[in-house]
Amino acid sequence: MVELYQSFTTYLQGFLFGIYPYICMGVFVIGSLIRFDRDQYTWRSGSSQMLRTGQLRLGSNLFHYSIFFLFFGHLFGLLTPHWGYEWAISPATKQALAIYSGGAAGVVCFIGLSILMHRRLVDPRIRRTSTFADLAILVLLWVQLSLGLITLPFSMSHSDGSVMLALASWSQAILTFQARASELVIGLPFPYLAHLVLGMTLFLLTPFSRLVHIFSVPIWYLFRTWQIVRRRGGATRRPGPVLPPRPTAAE
Amino acid sequence: MSHFLDRLTFLQKYAGTFSNGHGEVTTESRAWEDAYRSRWATEKVVRSTHGANCTGSCSWKIYVKGGIVTWETQQTDYPRTRPDLPNHEPRGCSRGASYSWYLYSANRLKYPMARKRLIKLWRTAKAKHGDPVLAWKSIQDDPAQRREYQAVRGMGGFVRISWEEAEEIVAAANVHTVKTWGPDRVIGFSPIPAMSMVSYAAGSRYLSLIGGVCMSFYDWYCDLPPSSPQTWGEQTDVPESADWFNAGFIIMWGSNVPQTRTPDAHFMAEARYRGTKVVTVTPDYSEASKFADLWLHPKQGTDAALALAMGHVILSEWHAKDRGEYFVDYCRRYTDMPMLVLLAEQDGRLVADRQLRASDLADNAGQTNNPDWKTVAIDDASGEPYVPTGSIGFRWGEQGKWNLEGRDARTLESVTPRLSLVGDGATAQVTFPYFGDLAQPFFNPTALGQTMTRTVPVRSITLADGREAKVATVYDLMLANYGVERGFGDGAASYEAMAPYTPAWAGMVCGIPAKQIVTVAREFADNAEKTRGKSMVILGAALNHWYHSDMNYRGIINLLVMCGCIGQSGGGWAHYVGQEKLRPQSGWIPLAFATDWHRPPRQQNSTSFWYAHTDQWRYETVSVGEILSPTAPRKLSGALIDFNVRAERMGWLPSAPQLALNPLTVAADAAKAGQEVPAWLAGELSAGRITMSCEDPDHPVNWPRNLFVWRSNLLGSSGKGHEYFLKHLLGTQNGVQGKDLGEEGRAKPEEVAWHGEAPKGKLDLLVTLDFRMSTTCMYSDIVLPTATWYEKNDLNTSDMHPFIHPLTTAVDPAWESRSDWAIFKGICKRFSELSRGHLAVEKDVVLTPLMHDSPAELGQTHVVKEWRKGEVAPIPGKTMPGVTVVERDYPNTYARYTSLGPLLEKLGNNGKGMTWKTGDEVEFLRQLNGTVEVPGVETPLARIDSDIDACEVIMHLAPETNGHVAVKAWEALGKATGIDHTGLAKPKEHEAIRFRDIVAQPRKIISSPVWSGLESEEVCYNAGYTNIHELIPFRTLSGRQQLYQDHPWMLAFGEALCVYRPPIDLKAHQAMTGRAPNGNKEIALNFITPHQKWGIHSVYTDNLIMLTLSRGGPIVWISEVDAAEAGIEDNDWVEAFNLNGALCARAVVSQRVPKGMIMMYHAQEKIVNVPGSEITHARGGIHNSVTRAVIKPTHMIGGYAQQAYGFNYYGTIGTNRDEFVVVRKMANVAWLDGPRLTHQAADLKAAE
Repeated sequence: MVELYQSFTTYLQGFLFGIYPYICMGVFVIGSLIRFDRDQYTWRSGSSQMLRTGQLRLGSNLFHYSIFFLFFGHLFGLLTPHWGYEWAISPATKQALAIYSGGAAGVVCFIGLSILMHRRLVDPRIRRTSTFADLAILVLLWVQLSLGLITLPFSMSHSDGSVMLALASWSQAILTFQARASELVIGLPFPYLAHLVLGMTLFLLTPFSRLVHIFSVPIWYLFRTWQIVRRRGGATRRPGPVLPPRPTAAE
Repeated sequence: MSHFLDRLTFLQKYAGTFSNGHGEVTTESRAWEDAYRSRWATEKVVRSTHGANCTGSCSWKIYVKGGIVTWETQQTDYPRTRPDLPNHEPRGCSRGASYSWYLYSANRLKYPMARKRLIKLWRTAKAKHGDPVLAWKSIQDDPAQRREYQAVRGMGGFVRISWEEAEEIVAAANVHTVKTWGPDRVIGFSPIPAMSMVSYAAGSRYLSLIGGVCMSFYDWYCDLPPSSPQTWGEQTDVPESADWFNAGFIIMWGSNVPQTRTPDAHFMAEARYRGTKVVTVTPDYSEASKFADLWLHPKQGTDAALALAMGHVILSEWHAKDRGEYFVDYCRRYTDMPMLVLLAEQDGRLVADRQLRASDLADNAGQTNNPDWKTVAIDDASGEPYVPTGSIGFRWGEQGKWNLEGRDARTLESVTPRLSLVGDGATAQVTFPYFGDLAQPFFNPTALGQTMTRTVPVRSITLADGREAKVATVYDLMLANYGVERGFGDGAASYEAMAPYTPAWAGMVCGIPAKQIVTVAREFADNAEKTRGKSMVILGAALNHWYHSDMNYRGIINLLVMCGCIGQSGGGWAHYVGQEKLRPQSGWIPLAFATDWHRPPRQQNSTSFWYAHTDQWRYETVSVGEILSPTAPRKLSGALIDFNVRAERMGWLPSAPQLALNPLTVAADAAKAGQEVPAWLAGELSAGRITMSCEDPDHPVNWPRNLFVWRSNLLGSSGKGHEYFLKHLLGTQNGVQGKDLGEEGRAKPEEVAWHGEAPKGKLDLLVTLDFRMSTTCMYSDIVLPTATWYEKNDLNTSDMHPFIHPLTTAVDPAWESRSDWAIFKGICKRFSELSRGHLAVEKDVVLTPLMHDSPAELGQTHVVKEWRKGEVAPIPGKTMPGVTVVERDYPNTYARYTSLGPLLEKLGNNGKGMTWKTGDEVEFLRQLNGTVEVPGVETPLARIDSDIDACEVIMHLAPETNGHVAVKAWEALGKATGIDHTGLAKPKEHEAIRFRDIVAQPRKIISSPVWSGLESEEVCYNAGYTNIHELIPFRTLSGRQQLYQDHPWMLAFGEALCVYRPPIDLKAHQAMTGRAPNGNKEIALNFITPHQKWGIHSVYTDNLIMLTLSRGGPIVWISEVDAAEAGIEDNDWVEAFNLNGALCARAVVSQRVPKGMIMMYHAQEKIVNVPGSEITHARGGIHNSVTRAVIKPTHMIGGYAQQAYGFNYYGTIGTNRDEFVVVRKMANVAWLDGPRLTHQAADLKAAE
């Protein structure tokens, strides 16, 4: 019985941290592409600002700025190879940096997200115009954020950065297609594992929800020129314009 | 190919920069632009129009995308006009542009629905009895069951039912009613056929086949100006809007052209660019005033005073001074001004009596045919009396002399009639009535006495009986009545004199400076003289909705006539109220009233009908004594309804129901007695063994039992006395505050039976067809969903332009809705099936009033005699209504409905007194529509199956859309006039407009004698044009424009000539002041109900787009002064109430409104944002909750030349502007949102 249980947990661990990441990544990439191509009108943030501003202004700003910080914190923290920073900063210091800055952003994000969730659930107008996916994503984000915050005490209890290194190795192993990547997270405390699984699930759900708007943040607006002229025809070779008459030899 | 891949263009995306790097050129995909292209792309564009009663008749493009109507825009392919005349388009308004909202809105009726309580009773009864007719009978025979569903009408409780069940209930109710009470207890109300002719005809054809009653509307809406039939013998005829451009001077008098004639308002702007001077007359600062060079704002209800004063100026400065040869010539030829009037001794004074007739002179002045109906004038050359051709006596019984060629009927020489006898030397003192002293304090009463005596040039004449009598011309009497000084010393000394009807006098009454009145009158006449009649008055319902509307109108008509403007292009009387001009009328009548199968149809004047059957007469506050003339003979007595009953008995007005028994039983009883039906019935009536229904409207035998309402919102819009409808006709919750004559102990009517307790719930069944959940639907027992104006095929015309437009099916009717044609066809089919075993071939006895444009209009000469009082023998069609036996084959009703009956070939077709053969057209329709066999008819008949079949029938039979018929009709007229008129239609003889033609492009109609104007490339359509230019007589007593009304009742009520009559006192508000105080101040204001800005009647007032543009619910306008006095601020909820009921609305406090007036755009639906009333405790009412119809005896006159009945032509009118209400701010705005039983239990009990 015990054996059976152990082999199941081993299998589950192998699946969740060795195979599930690829399922999620596959669905995330291919699903998003399909949605972008086939369902352009659903490619939107689904903002409810038009229905009620109120709580949104504070909640949304708190949430978006902090989640922006958290996302990139995770991205660089997990995917920067160890050799890339060890000459500058020790794992312990890096972890402390992550805990304090991430923790602070996490708390801000928690407040923002809670405001948004309250608004979405309590305001009758918003509630009635919300889809199941809107509610589900909001709840999942809130749980994911909570799980992230729960890991903070665990991280503080071993300040050497070893867990952080393990998680980074795992992430890098997955991205570099290492066959036994799942073994790298064996034995980590449960909140870490749950946070990982839910995090991957959010990628999995992205093509099916409003999260796709992440791709379309109009950053390029910051760098564009004052005026843009799009040529007729363009890349798609649609029937083009009548070209201006070519200068004749006489000219 | 792929949105994603298309964006991977980083390497070739940038194709350079410009403007020093401030701009860049890219080659990125522009495929996203297609989204915007397809947003405005459509699958098809279909031509249709809006069947609202707006007179617009605009051609619209309806856009369809994915099988859904998406939006509409104005069509721009009207046929061009001619050089120097602007084109018609663009035509359309914001209301029409919002129509597509309705199709898929929550307000759309999607399924047949019925009152749940009725359905429960019905299903139980059906299970018990099996036969649907017996099932319906069992419900109606049990008063408790009737009350169970009647008492909750208007309180919700609808359930969805199938079409089969709906048709079965309606058909069973109809069969039961026809069998038990008589076919004339099945009533149908649908207005303004010109909006959608086939939809109207759908119901009226069914009703006419089974013997039901079609109700009039033009008079009930108070759009009919009785002054028009009185003056011209014409219901209403007006210039098309393009003719405004030809005018030199326009007065917009109580007509708000940009707001209510929006698509045509551009002609007004264009006319101003051409240099036309525009004066507006309107108490409030209306949109029209912005067009004005001068804005005159009289006190509401006093317009006649202004018109009379202008007339005083024109008569004084032109006619009395022999200035204006054109005016004099016109008045001689085309008006009754040279006709002689007898002067009679009465109480020691001389008053003007009736017009002199040939029969008054020795030897009938040589006239053997109708000498009673031929008027007399004096030959200017010889100074001798003669009988001019053209009077109505020449119209019937002889041919060739009914024209305005101005000949002596005896010698046929051209004769100039003498206008004035002023040169003859003799004069007499004649007494005229004056009513200005009788005004309520609000309307500025004068103190000038109730009569005025003036010196009038007269002549003595020897009558046939040897008596010497004094006579005067209408012209001289008119000038005396206007107070014009003619050298006798008793006219008005100057314009500043305070005497009727000087400018100073008018200034005192209506509040306009005398100087302005003089200026406008002078400029109006001066322009008319210089342009030969191109002065025009555009006038609207604002003036016509007053009790004495005739005086407002006749005052203006007199101005136009004395200046020679009527019948002249660019001039004339432009009364744009109601889409009254059904151009292909005579092609439509056979279809609509089934005159291809039976003649005559049953038609009823609505005002008298509703007045009687909603028991408004039981609350009458106006006594006849208050409105009789001081010069009236004393013997006229009785209540207003008594006059109506007398008129019905004498055949002046129609009746519905007609007899106090089932008319299907009369023929058999007559046969038993071995007599012809008419003679037998006359005998029985005379003996009092059979009575007419009008004598006891509250007796169950005489109740209307089934009512169809379609294309109408009777209860949400036009129902004057709304709360009385609810109380007595429907028997449900209502807001009536007053007590009836019995409870008040006041004098009761003489001719009508009084029941101590008034009936509640006369109607067994109310069926309404609509595309939206209107107020009327809310009160109905069965609601049937119709196709919208974009979902059916139909025809639409207007008086504003000469085109005929189609409505077409852009999409099929949505959900389970069906076109009106399909709905009535279905009911008709079920009726035919259910009638088997209950009804067979039946003989129906139909009563018909003495009809205008028929020989019966010469029914009763100048003495009123009643057979009921034994003063004269009852002679059907002469001294009483005509009696006709009509054979109805009830089980074959459907077969008759869907085929063109044999009477057209047998009897021909007709219109306005002309008859022509129409066999060729019927044969053509056989070939076009195919044929069908009908039981009992040998030859196959043309099929009328689809709505397009019906359109083709109309268009092919009508002279206006078929040149062959037009030529035949002109020929028929030519026989009577002795003039060949066919040249007017010959150029278009071979033109026949078909349905597909007008779908392709609007078509101009063909000139026809049914109308008094011409459609040609030379002139715009203008009313009376053919009378003046083709010398076709007006269809009046004198054959000329009749300015002197000489019927005994006209004399009795003092309206032989135009006089000023102030608004009457309806006494409805005084008793309510302080009765149920709420702590806020109460003020009394005159209740004025103009046409909408955000709707056409009630249509669009529940449309979200229009609600968004306005204030989103009912509003009333009040002046800043009154608002301050009552402590009302803008947007406050206020309540207006009187004895008739109460209404709640938000206040718009505006400088636009003068003091003393509360203005409520009429027909704002009761179903949007209406709170509960503090007075009635029911939901706050509609504008008609505070009104009550009050009928006027002079409108009941019949059998007397132009004053003879015609459907929507003459009859009582539903006036409502004399009403006052108490207005106060609401203290408690209750929304009555809870269940009915908790909120309204008490009221429900009260209704029981």
